[in-house]
Amino acid sequence: TNATDALQYLLNFARKPVEAESVEGVVRILLEHYYKEVDNSVRLKIASLLGLLSKTAGFSPDCIVDDVISTLNNDKSKQVLAQLLDTLLVIGTQLPENIAVTQRLIDVACKHLNSTFFGVRNKCLQLLGCLGTVDKPLTKESETGASASATPPRDVPSLISDYFSDQDPRVRTAAIKAMLQLHERGMKLQQTVYNQACKLLSDDYEQVRSAAVQMVWVLSQLYPESIVPIPSSNEEIRLVDDSFGKICHMVSDGSWVVRVQAAKLLGSMQQVSPHFLEQTLDKKLMSDLRRKRTAHERAKELYTSGEFSSGRRWADDAPKEKVDTSGVNLIDSGACGAFVHGLEDEMYEVRIAAVEALCSLAQASPSFAEKCLDFLVDMFNDEIEEVRLQSIHALRQISTNITLREDQLDTVLAVLEDSSRDIREALHELLCYANVSTKECIQLALLELLKNLTKYPTDRNSVWKCLKFLGARHPTLVLPIVPELLSTHPYFDTPEPDMDDPAYIAVLVLVFNAAKSCPTMPALFSDHTFRHYAYLRDSLSHLVPQLRLPGRKQVAGTSSETSGVGAGSLESAQHFLQESLARVSTLQNLDSPGAQELLHFTIRDLQRLGELQTDLAGSADFCATYLHCQLLLMKALQEKLWNMAVPLCLKQNAMASTAAQQILEETYKLEFLYSGLESRQVATIHNVRLQAKALQLILIARTKRGVEPLLALCEKFLQEVEAFQRLFITELPHFQDSFVEKLLELMPRLVACKPLDLVKILQTTLRQSRFIHLKLPEQIHRALATIIEPTGESDNPLRFTSGLVVALDIDATLEHVQEPQTVVKVQVLYPDGQSHIIHPKPGDFRTPGPGRVRLITQVYLSHSAWTEPCQIEVRLLLAYSSSSSKLAAPKPAWNESMEGLPTSENLIEGTINLSKPVKVFIMPKPARR
Amino acid sequence: AGQDVGRSCILVSIGGKNIMLDCGMHMGYNDDRRFPDFSYITQNGRLTDYLDCVIISHFHLDHCGALPYMSEMVGYDGPIYMTHPTKAICPILLEDFRKITVDKKGETNFFTSQMIKDCMKKVVPLNLHQTVQVDDELEIKAYYAGHVLGAAMVQIKVGSESVVYTGDYNMTPDRHLGAAWIDKCRPDILITESTYATTIRDSKRCRERDFLKKVHETIERGGKVLIPVFALGRAQELCILLETFWERMNLKAPIYFSTGLTEKANHYYKLFITWTNQKIRKTFVQRNMFEFKHIKAFDRSYADNPGPMVVFATPGMLHAGQSLQIFKKWAGNEKNMVIMPGYCVQGTVGHKILNGQKKLEMEGRATLEVKLQVEYMSFSAHADAKGIMQLIRMAEPHNILLVHGEAKKMAFLKDKIEQEFNISCYMPANGETTTVTTNPSVPVDISLNLLKREMALGGPLPDPKRPRTMHGTLIMKDNSLRLVSPEQALKELGLSEHQLRFTCRVHLQDPHSDTDTLSRIYSHLKSVLKGYAVQHLPDSTVMVESIVLKVSSSAEEPDLKVVLLSWCFQ
Repeated sequence: TNATDALQYLLNFARKPVEAESVEGVVRILLEHYYKEVDNSVRLKIASLLGLLSKTAGFSPDCIVDDVISTLNNDKSKQVLAQLLDTLLVIGTQLPENIAVTQRLIDVACKHLNSTFFGVRNKCLQLLGCLGTVDKPLTKESETGASASATPPRDVPSLISDYFSDQDPRVRTAAIKAMLQLHERGMKLQQTVYNQACKLLSDDYEQVRSAAVQMVWVLSQLYPESIVPIPSSNEEIRLVDDSFGKICHMVSDGSWVVRVQAAKLLGSMQQVSPHFLEQTLDKKLMSDLRRKRTAHERAKELYTSGEFSSGRRWADDAPKEKVDTSGVNLIDSGACGAFVHGLEDEMYEVRIAAVEALCSLAQASPSFAEKCLDFLVDMFNDEIEEVRLQSIHALRQISTNITLREDQLDTVLAVLEDSSRDIREALHELLCYANVSTKECIQLALLELLKNLTKYPTDRNSVWKCLKFLGARHPTLVLPIVPELLSTHPYFDTPEPDMDDPAYIAVLVLVFNAAKSCPTMPALFSDHTFRHYAYLRDSLSHLVPQLRLPGRKQVAGTSSETSGVGAGSLESAQHFLQESLARVSTLQNLDSPGAQELLHFTIRDLQRLGELQTDLAGSADFCATYLHCQLLLMKALQEKLWNMAVPLCLKQNAMASTAAQQILEETYKLEFLYSGLESRQVATIHNVRLQAKALQLILIARTKRGVEPLLALCEKFLQEVEAFQRLFITELPHFQDSFVEKLLELMPRLVACKPLDLVKILQTTLRQSRFIHLKLPEQIHRALATIIEPTGESDNPLRFTSGLVVALDIDATLEHVQEPQTVVKVQVLYPDGQSHIIHPKPGDFRTPGPGRVRLITQVYLSHSAWTEPCQIEVRLLLAYSSSSSKLAAPKPAWNESMEGLPTSENLIEGTINLSKPVKVFIMPKPARR
Repeated sequence: AGQDVGRSCILVSIGGKNIMLDCGMHMGYNDDRRFPDFSYITQNGRLTDYLDCVIISHFHLDHCGALPYMSEMVGYDGPIYMTHPTKAICPILLEDFRKITVDKKGETNFFTSQMIKDCMKKVVPLNLHQTVQVDDELEIKAYYAGHVLGAAMVQIKVGSESVVYTGDYNMTPDRHLGAAWIDKCRPDILITESTYATTIRDSKRCRERDFLKKVHETIERGGKVLIPVFALGRAQELCILLETFWERMNLKAPIYFSTGLTEKANHYYKLFITWTNQKIRKTFVQRNMFEFKHIKAFDRSYADNPGPMVVFATPGMLHAGQSLQIFKKWAGNEKNMVIMPGYCVQGTVGHKILNGQKKLEMEGRATLEVKLQVEYMSFSAHADAKGIMQLIRMAEPHNILLVHGEAKKMAFLKDKIEQEFNISCYMPANGETTTVTTNPSVPVDISLNLLKREMALGGPLPDPKRPRTMHGTLIMKDNSLRLVSPEQALKELGLSEHQLRFTCRVHLQDPHSDTDTLSRIYSHLKSVLKGYAVQHLPDSTVMVESIVLKVSSSAEEPDLKVVLLSWCFQ
């Protein structure tokens, strides 16, 4: 056949899986073809296939090493050589512990290093990087090449570093990468490489520079404290400082890829001395050879001198002292102004990287944080929203280290008017953590937040929350302005403000939270304030804290009661949980008298506990649901129906089948709604599920006539039992006497026997099987969603023309949902029973904090015309499929489909309600003609 | 532009080619000094014979103002190179300039609109990073320079010699343009502007923030903001700044832009999106940033409208025109504000109010009380000292020539450059010529046979980073250089090979006959030189390897033998 046909065939072949046992045979056949083939491209493809095949799991490629090496010695084509070396690389990485093979491969690599084709040199270096060792010198090298024989045996790093000055930039890059690879594999690089790496920083090619920056960074992390001399003077500095300076230099590189990388790496150089760090923010301004103060410095000075920046004078920025001409070093190698440049860069990628780096450096050093504050605040005004957002987040992260000055706060607050919701919310978040210095600042912040509230009423919750923290953080600053805030007057009664005014609530939230740690404050409240307090404490309990109010016995009474549960009782609650579980676990048999009662009570207790103790809510709920399943099962089995003839007990039958259905649903909830489950709990849940399925099977067998439908069901059930065994083989020891264990024991019999016998066996095992004690893992969280908007209180229907769509804004918070982008859906239920499931875009999910996700999305509604407005229900769903379970096998690779797992059957898909439904009033009008 | 700003016009002779870089005018003069002195090139006649091409870096009049004068009135028919945006905007500015000089000041002997049109016909447009072959040897290539729309740096290359001319450039990106960029082209000379040779500027962000804050505050107070600007360049930057701010903050107050020149220019800004910065380039598919939503054209009557507004008006120094009219109207109210975004020349209203003058004398003895707030904010698009150094580092030139700056400042920068990069730096005055000797490498074709022979001789593998010596014959023929093996050279040139032999006569006193003497010498040599092949040939010569010995004697003195030694060069 000709070359194109052969290539086409090979390409098709590459897509098909090959079993591990037959790989070797296939390889032999391929090699045979390889020897015969004259066309370079076909040989190349075969070589690449060899590499692909040797990746097959369960195949040990050491048997083909010899063949590949021998072909390597015979082949002439450069491209094929490179590909063969690549194959060897794959083989080598498959066999990391086989030292003989590794050594051979290294020798081969050394031999081909002086090839004239860059691809071959590249691959050789890659091989050396992936397989070479630092400590062992290349003993056999002396025999391999004529040129190498002159030099004494050398180690891999020095060999690689020879290629730092190769003529081809691709080879230079490969050499640096190989070196980095050595480092990644845990070999210690020599410090001597440092100088070479520094030289490569000024290479002509960006990929070389980019790799070199990485290299310099790695070395600076390895040898931070060693001393290097400064060229052109006889001073010496620490290596980490030197490399910091060099990487700073790269922030003004010509290629933006390098700039991004340099800016990113700067952030992780924590050991650098503060002197150098601070230079990165100082550009050493000068104007006509006079030293000039930066605008930041001027602002600070004006602020400290008590005068606010008027900027009215033209010569405001007039230079002060004359700079010594010789002292000014325009482009000194120090770290001067690297961040100033990075933050002003044209590409927003660089700017974001610079902001991130600033943030991480500032987190490590409070003094630096103080200095970079101004720059971060300036970034709030960037043209790209991502950068603005990033800088707000960065400021939030370092805000524990800093206190905002009034003028700085002013700039920060200006951003509150931004029309982007993300920006505003990020800023609220920032204000939650910010420290401010004076009472004017508080006033200013409050004022701006109220302004924000009137401009964007949807920010209500976020603004209130922000004020809550602001108040709690600065009680002493709030105290002097309380009368003003509440507009009380020493002599006159002022009119009572409107309780529904969000702005007034905002003020109250601020005051009450400040009053929490400031006992003198309540004395300043007027009567209606107390009344409003009681109201808000009830309606917005998450925003308004408990206050110790004088002369308010009833409030104080409840407070002590709840606080008793709230504060130090976490341990006791934990204890209580354990105890009730232990109590339940004494139940050996489901039939024992009083067992039902006990379960009933325990479930009730646990539910109440979950309500009281939010930290344990997940665990308590989990247990309660589990016990509920058991209870249902117990009831279903206890029915007398098992002894009666079928037609006599239709009612019980129906009850039992609904119970089975309910248990199934509950088990899915148990498995997918709770995070933090260990494999043992999952196995327990699966056990219950099997029980429910068995119950279903029995019921069907009893009610249905004929064996035919039963046959398939039995088959399926047995498959599920097998799947259980496969998935939880390690957990089986914990399942003594359980339903599953018994089933597995009987498995050989079950497989052989007829469906009706099987049902009988199931029936007895079900009744005999033991109740499994639930062992709680450390931390269980229940996935939870709350729809904040729409609130469902609106009486005004959303009117739209039928047949067209209307967008409904949905704002919800999700807690403890893993991978919300894939699992969370929105369901819309129309009054006629129609339901739509909408997948929100991945971009609609924001993560303001760990474990918390905010979903802000729009769903489109549409319906045909109605005569009058009606309510639709909107809720969030959690979609699950058993393949998304953590225990499921990893995604099958191209060659793993022969595992014999009928995946489609193993896949169960469904949804769980994640939130309470919210009713929305809508009214599709008929279209006007 | 030697040691001053304005009237940029630089002549470069490189590899036998003459190139004119920029052809600008001087704003400060109204007489002959306004244009460059073209008689420097030739006293009489046209320039076409003396110039290979003219390159214009950007559309500012101090870089292109004298172009129609040179091409039409002095006479030049060769190609003029400029980038597309420059080509589009340049004639608008030239026409405007012409109108002011001719129509307003009534000058005669000035170029006409037709001349501008004719001149523009000679323009060849350039694209970024496009290498244009002017003729067989001369090639030019444009790089992005920031500064204004369409500004370019040009690399001029003849053979292995090259010059880079930066024009005006900006290393810090602004709201609508990116930063200048050049690759490591290692030119022999880098001709760079040095307007801010002694200044290192503060971060741009502070200035922008201040600007926005001041505008915002005034608007919130219900005041009016006047921003006097020049039509092109900064005006667009500030427009974008305000536009995005309005967008972000949901502000409703109107922004006006005085009509005329700017509108036309804005149109071009919309077209040349590829020349702007990353943000505008990436978002123009959804929305072209220059299609302003909040910025509308200004009408004279709007100035009296109540409520807050922002107005951009020309000219920038408040010395005449619309900006001055509006200023007069608004000056009395302390709620209003005027923001000067650039430098003001002494004597203008702008300069006076910036210096805090509260009462202005207007023509007709009327005084104007200045109550409104006056702000100054510098938005400049030239590279500062650090930017210049950065560009030098990027391009790695062998020599630097500073232009377009003040002498004193240049001297400072020159010192710095020499100290920092250790390369020589020049700063010629107007009319002065600087000669830089280069060390051009001459490419030579080498014959394959010779190379193969060299390879066969062994030695280390070829290393392109190291020079290496080898034997061969250099043939210079038909303007090409070739290195070939000597045999081939002889063959090609039809010459026969000459062997060079060295001879030496030694006189001996020997009574024997010639042949005897020879055979005695032969036997002696044979005994002394054991390791060598010594032969006695029948034609009475002795050969030791390739050395030939012959003995002869004259008839007069038979005893005096002359031994002739002859060997060839090795």
